[in-house]
Amino acid sequence: MDSTALAFYSLAFIIIAAAIFVVTAKNIFHSAVYLIVALFGVAGLFVLLQAFFLAAAQVLIYVGAIAVLMMFAVMLTARIADAGVRHTNEQVGTGLLVSLGLLAVMLYSLWDSPFQFSGAPVAEGAGLTLGRQLLTKFVLPFEIVSVLLLAALIGAVVIAKKDDTGRAEPKAKYPAARALREDPDIVRKVPR
Amino acid sequence: MLELDKLVKIVGDAIDAGIRALGLGSAWVMVIQLAIAGLVVVAFAAVMVLFLVWLERKISARMQNRLGPTRVGPAGTIQTIADALKLLQKEDITPKAVDRGVYFWAPIITFVAALAVYVTIPFGEGLIVRDLNIGVLYILSITTFTVIGLLMAGWSSNNKYSLLGGFRSAAQVVSYEVPLALSVIGVIMFTQTLSMLEIVEQQEKFHQWYIWRQPLGFLIFLIAGTAEANRTPFDLPEADSELVAGFVTEYSGMKFAMFFLAEFLNMFTLAAVATTLYFGGWNGPILPSWMWFIAKCMVGVFILMWFRWTYPRLRVDQLMGFAWKTLIPLAFINLILTGVGIHLF
Amino acid sequence: MVSDYAAVAVFLLLGIGFVLFNFFLARLLRPSDPTPIKLSTYECGETPVGSGWIQFNVRFYIFALMFVIFDVETVFLFPWAIAYQSLGLFAFIEMLIFIAILLYGLVYAWRKGLLRWY
Repeated sequence: MDSTALAFYSLAFIIIAAAIFVVTAKNIFHSAVYLIVALFGVAGLFVLLQAFFLAAAQVLIYVGAIAVLMMFAVMLTARIADAGVRHTNEQVGTGLLVSLGLLAVMLYSLWDSPFQFSGAPVAEGAGLTLGRQLLTKFVLPFEIVSVLLLAALIGAVVIAKKDDTGRAEPKAKYPAARALREDPDIVRKVPR
Repeated sequence: MLELDKLVKIVGDAIDAGIRALGLGSAWVMVIQLAIAGLVVVAFAAVMVLFLVWLERKISARMQNRLGPTRVGPAGTIQTIADALKLLQKEDITPKAVDRGVYFWAPIITFVAALAVYVTIPFGEGLIVRDLNIGVLYILSITTFTVIGLLMAGWSSNNKYSLLGGFRSAAQVVSYEVPLALSVIGVIMFTQTLSMLEIVEQQEKFHQWYIWRQPLGFLIFLIAGTAEANRTPFDLPEADSELVAGFVTEYSGMKFAMFFLAEFLNMFTLAAVATTLYFGGWNGPILPSWMWFIAKCMVGVFILMWFRWTYPRLRVDQLMGFAWKTLIPLAFINLILTGVGIHLF
Repeated sequence: MVSDYAAVAVFLLLGIGFVLFNFFLARLLRPSDPTPIKLSTYECGETPVGSGWIQFNVRFYIFALMFVIFDVETVFLFPWAIAYQSLGLFAFIEMLIFIAILLYGLVYAWRKGLLRWY
């Protein structure tokens, strides 16, 4: 077995093991940690495919941002301390059916697609080709990405604002917090 | 003085020849070479951190009109070695309420993230472990694991101070990561490459340093980098007056030492990346290249220490507001100015 | 080169090994004398009140969410920056549009008070 294959199989093993732990871990924070392992493993697979830029982007976005977001989300849940979060609910049958169907579709498309192997070297100059393609051939999708991101941002605003009603008025027992909210510059106005 | 550069190469070649003489497969030769390089980097990192801790204590003392360590060794130089030995002997307390697995791995992840950056730091001519073609992006992405380490430490300690410290600093680090990356992009527009080695080679002459073309970008980089390294005025994770010791509250002994090591290593990394991107890396006359690199890094480190002993700590709302309302718009303006500038000149 | 990234793997393993070695070394040297008080969670000397896992304010999540959006954007900006000089004015205008749309989002979030911490 050559070293690339060895690397691939060890990465695959790590990813699959971590992914299984993600769904079986009783604690959601543990799930998030295992998810990071799995996502980092995927970055390793990208490296093996010589998609270096993609590998870095994978780590930067999924580990650095999405996983952090999930860990923050864990802290929002009311019952964090409860270790035994149930993994199944009354929809377990439907869920099984849907996931099996999805698996079938994926297997079928894998089976059906003619994979072409070319001996040509992968485009060098990590990112240069990508940049050129993005700004010439794929310029429309590229610009649409920004609109998509804007939509996500607006979504975030809506979520935040909805939640804001709960904390719109700080409780009467925190007059300092309310004063600060009404006038952020109040700190500077303290008489000397 | 150029002989010193050669000396490093001669030693490296000798070790190389030694490994090859063992008659292993080429893959094994590479792994052994890398492992030796890695051990050298670990040794360098350890010595550097010991030195930096001593330096910080000396500088802080001088800035406050004190003497700092004087007893152990000449001018207290081996004080930190004594401290390290003391830490090694300290009882390692794992409180009952912690989440043991996560608690155990948090310092490891934090340290490994700080160390892995050094794969692609160009210390001198020919002194780079591997010149990764996505170098800059690699450094940015691997340092994101620091946030994960913070969150894991903060969460697993099951302590209110740790949790607040960990999550607060994670929010801080991710917020300042955006202006940091944006300021780096300003340099990338000139270099047209992400490779650290090529970036250094492009700045051979003094007037080619990217600081002259990216002054605003460097300022943003410095501020955001200081926040990323959790240094004062952005040292909220350990705001000792309000959060005891932040995310390391429950850590003791060697586990604490690892966080400490990673923190100082990150400070040196910041100086090293700034040197590479803006100050011509190891380029310089007369002296051997690695000496120039270390000297430039030391200047950067000194500035960071100077910050720490000069500025008061920011309030958390000021901190977040500064990142999103000042630095990020400024970084975008810098990008647009750079874009216009490249077309005009 | 893929083989360059073997260095990353070696460094990761070496780093883990170094830390574990240190833990092991410390284990040989350090005392171990746990007492119930020592093993309790630190809360300024008081008996800890409840669990340390408290519920957090949503604002942490909001900032993380905004970070995800801007992080994705910076990742898109990297290839643009590399190719910028070889593409000319067209690339600049495209990027202006890209940045403008996101800056609009930032301004919107700002005006809606999302960037307010308290």
